[in-house]
This record gives sequence, structure tokens and C-alpha cells, in this order.
Amino acid sequence: MTDPATLLAAAGDGAPTVGPLRAGLVVLLVAIGSFFLLVGTVGLLRLPNVYNRLHATSKATTLGAASVFLAGFVFFGPGGAGLTCLLGIAFLFLTAPTGGHVISRAAHRMGIDFHGSASWPLGAKETDGEDSADD
Amino acid sequence: MTETPEFLAPAVQVGLALPSAPTRLAGYRVIRGPTTPDRVIGLDTIATNVVAIAVLFALATEQGLFVTVSLVLAIIGFISTIAVARYVTEGDLIEP
Repeated sequence: MTDPATLLAAAGDGAPTVGPLRAGLVVLLVAIGSFFLLVGTVGLLRLPNVYNRLHATSKATTLGAASVFLAGFVFFGPGGAGLTCLLGIAFLFLTAPTGGHVISRAAHRMGIDFHGSASWPLGAKETDGEDSADD
Repeated sequence: MTETPEFLAPAVQVGLALPSAPTRLAGYRVIRGPTTPDRVIGLDTIATNVVAIAVLFALATEQGLFVTVSLVLAIIGFISTIAVARYVTEGDLIEP
């Protein structure tokens, strides 16, 4: 009983046996997740401005990581590590938009301009980021 | 119980290799990024990619413990992003 593999299996973290349907679903989700991670990182490297790079990474990379987490849930089953995967999806969907918003607000307060001819839409009031009633 | 199909392990290996190469290239944006938020975005992207790579590593080794590792990495990445953004705008992290 002191074998680590036995203890992991008792804790629900061991290697499960996966049928062909679940294995195919895992492969599909891993492929989708890898594709979106690739797209997000290439967007980080290639896009011209802070806001454009943030646009690429905060959505595509989050979606890719969530898809890989979902593959982990399908692989490990509903319990133990699979439940941790679902918690990871929820945490990622809460924190990634928050982090992107905070970075873009910091960039705006530093005075970084938009790329090219992009501007605020007509009728929108240009705020200078000094709405610091929260701190 | 049926056996785990044989195409799962090489597919997970390919899925592990595919995002790993551009994650290293994201270090270019961290080093050469024109502004400080560029570097923060690069580090945030590296953190998210490493979270996904940890889950893929859990799939490759069939050990569920690495999913917990990925969750801890996600928490550390989020807190570091918030800390750096606040340091850039406010000048310090904890006001006296």
C-alpha cells in the first residue's frame, strides 16, 4: 500500500483507463487548444501595438488553455484531477480578462497611443485615466 | 475495462511540442518589447502557455498531480500581472 501509484489511484489522481471515444475527444480538444495557443503567441509576436497584442493574447490564449483543461477533465474523469481541471477553467475565465483590463489601463495611463488612424469612437468622451476614485 | 488506445500518447506529445516552440519565441517580446506593458503581456502569455503545458504534461505522464501544479502557476501568473501593472501606474505596490 506504500506504492506511490497505488496511493495516487486511491486519491483519484492516478492513470485512468480511457476508451476510444474519450481518447478521441481528448485528442480533439488538445488539437484545438494547441492551435489557439499557437495563434495567440504568434499574435503576440506579430501585431504592431500594445492593445493589438493584448487583443490577441487575452482571448486566444485563454481559449486554448481552457480547451486543454477541458481535455484534462475528459481524460481524468469527474473527480480528483478532473475536478481540478474544471476549477482551472473557472479561474482562468475570471482572471484573464481582469489581467488584460489592468494592463490596458496601465498602458493608457502611461500615454501609449493607438496604432495608425485608430481613435475613440464619435461621441465617446476621451477619459485621461484619472478616474482614480477607487484608490 | 478496455485498454487506452495507442494513438493518445503520440497525439499528446505533438500537442505538447506545438505550443512550446512559440512560447520560447515570446521571450523576444519580453526582451525587446518597446514599452513596459509589452513585456508584461509577454510574461502573461508565457504564464498562460506554461499552465496549458503543465496540463498537457499531466496528460502525457497520466499523473493528475500536475493539474494542481498548473493551477498554482495560474494563480502566481495572475498575481504577478496585477502587481506589475499596479507598480507601473502607482509607483509602489503597498501604500504606507
